[in-house]
Amino acid sequence: MTSANIRIDEATAPVRPILEIKDLAITFKTGSGEVKAVKNAHLTIMPGETVAIVGESGSGKSTTALAAIGLLPNNGRVSGGQILLDGEDIAHAPEKRMIELRGSHIGMVPQDPMSNLNPVWKIGYQVRETLKANGRPDGPEDVARVLAEAGLPDAARRAKQYPHEFSGGMRQRALIAIGLSCQPKLLIADEPTSALDVTVQRRILDHLDKMTTELGTSVLLITHDLGLAAERADKVIVMYQGNVVEAGPSLELLRNPQHPYTRRLVESAPSLASRRIQVAKEQGVEAEDLLAPVAVAKQRSTDEILQIKNLRKIYKLRQGLGQASDFAAVDDVSFTVKRGTTTAIVGESGSGKSTVAKMVLQLEKPTEGQIVFDGVDTAGLKGKELFKFRRRVQPIFQDPYGSLDPMYNIFRTIEEPLRVHKIGNAASREKKVRELLDQVALPQSMMQRYPNELSGGQRQRIAIARALALDPEVIICDEAVSALDVLVQAQVLNLLADLQDNLGLTYLFITHDLAVVRQIADHVCVMEKGKLVETGSTDGVFDNPREAYTQALLDAIPGGSLLLPPAVA
Amino acid sequence: MVRFIFRRLLQVIPVFLGTTLLVYYMVFALPGDPIAALFGERQPPQSVIDALRAQYNLDQPFWVQYGLFLKNLFTFNLGVDFTQQPIAAALARAFPVTAMLAIEALIIQAVFGIAFGVFAGLKKGKLFDSTVLVVSLLVIAVPTFVLGFVFQLVFGVQLGWAKPTVGANADWGNLILPAVVLGLVSFAYVLRLTRASVSENMNADYVRTATAKGLSRPRVVIAHILRNSLIPVVTYLGANLGGLMGGAIVTEGIFNVPGVGNKLFQAIQRSEGPTIVAIVSVLVLVFVITNLLVDLLYAWLDPRIRYDQ
Repeated sequence: MTSANIRIDEATAPVRPILEIKDLAITFKTGSGEVKAVKNAHLTIMPGETVAIVGESGSGKSTTALAAIGLLPNNGRVSGGQILLDGEDIAHAPEKRMIELRGSHIGMVPQDPMSNLNPVWKIGYQVRETLKANGRPDGPEDVARVLAEAGLPDAARRAKQYPHEFSGGMRQRALIAIGLSCQPKLLIADEPTSALDVTVQRRILDHLDKMTTELGTSVLLITHDLGLAAERADKVIVMYQGNVVEAGPSLELLRNPQHPYTRRLVESAPSLASRRIQVAKEQGVEAEDLLAPVAVAKQRSTDEILQIKNLRKIYKLRQGLGQASDFAAVDDVSFTVKRGTTTAIVGESGSGKSTVAKMVLQLEKPTEGQIVFDGVDTAGLKGKELFKFRRRVQPIFQDPYGSLDPMYNIFRTIEEPLRVHKIGNAASREKKVRELLDQVALPQSMMQRYPNELSGGQRQRIAIARALALDPEVIICDEAVSALDVLVQAQVLNLLADLQDNLGLTYLFITHDLAVVRQIADHVCVMEKGKLVETGSTDGVFDNPREAYTQALLDAIPGGSLLLPPAVA
Repeated sequence: MVRFIFRRLLQVIPVFLGTTLLVYYMVFALPGDPIAALFGERQPPQSVIDALRAQYNLDQPFWVQYGLFLKNLFTFNLGVDFTQQPIAAALARAFPVTAMLAIEALIIQAVFGIAFGVFAGLKKGKLFDSTVLVVSLLVIAVPTFVLGFVFQLVFGVQLGWAKPTVGANADWGNLILPAVVLGLVSFAYVLRLTRASVSENMNADYVRTATAKGLSRPRVVIAHILRNSLIPVVTYLGANLGGLMGGAIVTEGIFNVPGVGNKLFQAIQRSEGPTIVAIVSVLVLVFVITNLLVDLLYAWLDPRIRYDQ
């Protein structure tokens, strides 16, 4: 009955935006005075509409969204402008009013499903308290219904489980259930799927679309992924350094970006349409033929530096009383890597790709099979030989925040491997560190600084410099660019390609991001549940995927179906 | 869970044998003759000395002494001390007193430590927080014997709020002053631990999500900040209870509490091997059981912890 009334209202009254943000400014109090995180944000969301804010970290997109639900951190405040929710200015609303609005009028689906559920309460409890706080029926059947609507199978039983018993995708479904449980008019989705695998991401976004369409909920989607924004939103708003620099209908904005920043964003968005970063490959081939004056390039040969033969890794899973079952994390995987090329291993989490990387790095022992490095079976390596092997194969890890020691300055970080391997003296090591900083395009003056003073992209460059310090032949990149913003990601990928070209490096690239694979890899190995399901050249796999699983991975790339103008692609 | 408890109780056996052996050996190795010390300046007849030595098995080699002690222990015969009083009876008087004192001190430090810690953590950097921090630092810095005497003088003698000494008839009311002194030091640690834990959890993503769900502030604090913050605090309190049960020699001494600490101190002064080892044996059991309880409580607070795997 009520819905019919609303319809009549809508028909007669002019349609009012559900959320309207006007000239919003947000300041943060920091140790060094006030910082303006958002300077001039404005957006309008009509009922039932999905609007995406796109921008890199620090652009103020999340801050704007948090202000709309009154969840700015303690040191932040709205210093100007209006936030109109259904006509009511809530920019300075008292906390009591915000508690009334949260949940029932504005819902939120947060970014990281791993950290946004309280680990000590059952899922059902966390749904129930939401219903209860907003005065909805909160019996077990209501909880189960809400969870089932969010696409959680076997919801009644699942409600009795704790978050740690859920996978990432299931947790995100639970969080969507919580966010939509009280049918809010506006849902704020802050990078709702960026922590998930591409295929899971697609399923969850599809489901979210369906639910919000059915409920008529407006969505404010925050994302760093332009492709995803364009695919899911009616309108896209681009934020840069606290300002809205461009706004408009999604496809129009993507096809015809006006602001220089939007243009750069569109250009560097890795998408299906892009090709391998060409510099390395073309120049590499030529260098060989022309005997270019690059010393390393001359030695370049195409022997198989890594041969993986029938690799298998079995983990014992304990199940109750002394029983154990075998779990094959890696099951009969064979492939070869040619010197000076890039091989990518792609797959979702749990596909065993990182386990392969760990075994190649000799950080895990294979249960069966061989890893032959430069003609030598690595299984026999011990003591000194293993030490030498480590010098030749170096890793770059995913998290640039976690993989650098915060107590070491940059010089010490890069110098450490040289010292450990007793290479050169203090003077020559310092010279080497300076060279390495040049190679990764960082100023030498950075040597005395500490990781917390650097940005994510700079840290990852440091990690690359550290990996290069020992002049390795093979570098294993385990999700090395996954944590970076698109623009920074593009810079780091270019750097890796240049280094490969100059130094003849071989990369083994572990990633879940197929768009990145297309940009960097010569060969692709697709893994699913521990097995290698497809291998081949990058172009071959992308243009003619043989396996349904590979096709599914390709389909799941956000924005993959959108046609980009030729000039950009 | 049952398997876990059973396994933990089995661990008592090696721990028990190890500690008793060590303590027995250390008493054995003490210089001086405890029997001679009993008589002070007087020289008793050799026959009396020999009889006493035989009674306490002091004429036997170490391993035989230790073996006989174990045998007696397992037949629940703790023997008599050097004043010919049954040790079991003395322990039966001392342990309840210490247990009362320990529980009272634990309640004081837990209730006040957690309450102040939560408020300080929620208002980090504000006046209340800074004040509480300075006071707690002061409490940590002042040694127990100073604090004990000051409390005894001020609250016991001058203000007359509580009895300055406990004496023979220890009850909950009498023990309040020593319990406060005993609880104060750990109170400061509980407070600081709670404060750090709360101020860390306050910024957790799930707390923000809980607020975004529309929960009221008290609900967010109780259900989502407090429970998660208690996990490290409970561990500390549990370890502390074990320590408190061992008796507080200084505090019990100041307030004349007839507890385990007092008993142990007397026994050590007299090199009374049997009494010392008997007390230690009981303490080992108390320690293992309190630790087990802490682990169970821990698993209840944090469902991610499972002991059966």
